[in-house]
Amino acid sequence: MFQYYLDLAWRSLRRNKVLTALMVLAIALGIGASITTLTVLHVLSGDPLPGRSAEIYYPQIDPQDLRGMSPSKEPPSQLTLIDGMNLLRAARADRQALMKGGEVPIQPEQSTLDPFYVNARYTTADFFPMFGTPFLFGHAWNSADDEAKARQVVISSDLNQKLFGGANSVGRTLRISGTAFQIVGVLDHWQPNPHFYDLNTGSYAYSEQVFLPLQTMIDLHLSQDGSNDCWGNGGGGTDTVLPADTCVWLQFWVQLKTPAEAAAYKQFLVHYSEEQRTLGRFQRPPNVRLRNLMQWLDYNGVVPDDVRLQTWLAFGFLVVCLVNTVGLMLAKFMRRAAELGVRRALGASRRALLVQLLIEAGVVGLVGGFGGALLALGGLWLVRQRSSDYAVLAHLDPSMLLMTFLLALGATLLAGLLPAWRACQIAPALQLKSN
Amino acid sequence: MDIRPIFASLRRHRIPALLIVLEIALACAVLCNAVFMISQRVASIHLPNAIDETGMIEVTLDGTDPELAGSDIPRNLAALRGLPGVRAAAVVSTLPLSRNNWGWGFGTKPDDALTDRNSRNVSMYFLGSGGDAALGLRLLEGRLFNDGDYADSHFDKSPLPETHVVLVTRSLAEKMWPGQQAVGKTLYSMPHYYTVIGVVADVLRPYIGDVNSPANYDAAFFPMSAAGSKGALSHYVVRSAPADRDRLVREAEQKLAELNPGGVAHGRSYLEIRRGYFADMSSMAWMLVLVCVVMLAVTAFGIVGLTSFWVNQRRRQIGIRRAVGATRGHIMQYFQTENFLLSTGGVVLGMVLAFGINVYLMHRYEMARMPWFYLPAGAVALWLIGQASVLGPALRAAAVPPVVATRSG
Repeated sequence: MFQYYLDLAWRSLRRNKVLTALMVLAIALGIGASITTLTVLHVLSGDPLPGRSAEIYYPQIDPQDLRGMSPSKEPPSQLTLIDGMNLLRAARADRQALMKGGEVPIQPEQSTLDPFYVNARYTTADFFPMFGTPFLFGHAWNSADDEAKARQVVISSDLNQKLFGGANSVGRTLRISGTAFQIVGVLDHWQPNPHFYDLNTGSYAYSEQVFLPLQTMIDLHLSQDGSNDCWGNGGGGTDTVLPADTCVWLQFWVQLKTPAEAAAYKQFLVHYSEEQRTLGRFQRPPNVRLRNLMQWLDYNGVVPDDVRLQTWLAFGFLVVCLVNTVGLMLAKFMRRAAELGVRRALGASRRALLVQLLIEAGVVGLVGGFGGALLALGGLWLVRQRSSDYAVLAHLDPSMLLMTFLLALGATLLAGLLPAWRACQIAPALQLKSN
Repeated sequence: MDIRPIFASLRRHRIPALLIVLEIALACAVLCNAVFMISQRVASIHLPNAIDETGMIEVTLDGTDPELAGSDIPRNLAALRGLPGVRAAAVVSTLPLSRNNWGWGFGTKPDDALTDRNSRNVSMYFLGSGGDAALGLRLLEGRLFNDGDYADSHFDKSPLPETHVVLVTRSLAEKMWPGQQAVGKTLYSMPHYYTVIGVVADVLRPYIGDVNSPANYDAAFFPMSAAGSKGALSHYVVRSAPADRDRLVREAEQKLAELNPGGVAHGRSYLEIRRGYFADMSSMAWMLVLVCVVMLAVTAFGIVGLTSFWVNQRRRQIGIRRAVGATRGHIMQYFQTENFLLSTGGVVLGMVLAFGINVYLMHRYEMARMPWFYLPAGAVALWLIGQASVLGPALRAAAVPPVVATRSG
């Protein structure tokens, strides 16, 4: 029966090509626009550390003085060096890492390469196991190397390709900003999107080429990048000058495996704040936050407003297209009143007619979905031509492709419901009589 | 023309009539908001900026030793000034719309500090010797920097410069000292203070908010000596006639790379900086235009489709009317009036919907309030589209010969 209806649908659609083409076009345009924007939204609001993100937390404490204090205010979004080191050495979490971004000149030994600048991450050792970075060769440094201000570096596979032709470079020397570093590890391709652990560098499609111990950076006065907020008479932080004690400029991440551990860690942050207050370092009452990774991204509003607006707009457009399709289908089905009357008179139930008409709508939806997928591919290609940092990430994945067809089919069936129901209300006798 | 028969007929075709009304309403609502968003972006892209944009290029020089800036910078500038076509050259800390922002809070009272709630966040531009002229700042009141101002200023431990003079934009002057003469007043950020020596025409900040943000021009200019700049001065600005600009981008970049073997020089014209800053915005505006055009086309086709169906259904009635004396013009008029009535219902509903959407977007996305005239403008657009799309079917209806009335079916 299904096949027969399919055959009927096909015949009927071919009978009135212009009307069919208009319906398919409307569905395809609406679906194409919505899927394009939905894909961008889907990519941008993705989880940068799938399977792990729920255990990764970003602690915040409030070391500022009493000026400008108000009870509802959020604590600063970074840490001072003193607090960062205190929390790091307290080691109350399963893993913890203190970090900062920067830019360093690489001075290759090969005379064929000019010196060039790369993005750097200065961090303590737990960064690698905590975020699960994949290693191609070698391994990370450890916390003893951190304290020893070791001249050790982990490089990205891109940099390894550029300098060593992709060979195992572990143990070799790399000159960074005039200092010789020993390469201890080479990362495999690793670029979490968004660049969650430091959003000051731009949220998407950013990655570092070299990773070196934070304390080594402080020792060598390497240049830092990113945000630096001071209060009181705080200053510094310009290029190679370290920020003052009254400036927050470091990111601190911890790994806490269970909710109970997270609750205990939050308590620890409160205790720490109180302790610092009795010591006279902190002036404000404890004001702490402990957000997990996804909450942190949400709090920072990483997904650009423009992208959300576009998605809304695309769905508005889809609704316009659907209303249009409802109208066209109504016209199409009502025109077939005579044919439907004959089928009714020959014994088809209203239900059977409804199913037949909905199958016809479904065929339109599938063809429209196919067109929509093609349009979405074109739309995403257009998005990729844009200069925004996330543009390169806009690709259609299998789940979104499936979503395209489901959305097209669902939307068209919904659109077909009213016209089909209306067409089924034909009184068979009336139709037969007038012919 | 009597519209009562039209109403009577519409009452018998409630669903198609409602669909047309709904389609026009939705299209009107989306159109008004989309056009408003486009206009906001276009206005941002064309925000005025009182520097010499068309004749300016920038070369960034990174990786030089800040300790040697005192001798390097004058040497580099002398070389740049020696290039043919160069009218002025200087080194600055950052440029408008370059996204490289140095912000600081300033107040108007001696004990105002950075974190005070009443201090205003201001973008700081540090200008090396001759920077005011190289940027082409337009002086409105007071004076620009002199050689003494430049030589006296340097960085110490603080990110604020050790100097006591500042130039402010007109917008900033009006906000800090409303209705007063700004020249001679003082900007405070404990323990630093700066006397305003001049007011210049509005220059944009390195990073701006949306077009309606009142803070887009909150900028101040400080002199800075090469020797005391601690690496803060790394953007070389070169001014020339627009015709020489593109050649100078290459030549200046090459010159600085030659002179500073350890450094990395990168040149671009100021127009590129501006284009780059607004690239996203302009592509969003184009996308909105595309959506509007396609949406209007879909709406028009929908109206054509439904009206055609309608005409076909009523061929017999039309034939009868023609047979009893209606002219072709009458028939045309009938369908046009019918469409006008439906469009009117649609745009009234659409304007309400457009307003609602705008209020929601204002609430969720800090969008501005849509000016009232967008609503009638959208309504007129939809009316015109409705009339244009009904023309084809109406002509076909008018072509129905009276003889149809005598046939059955």
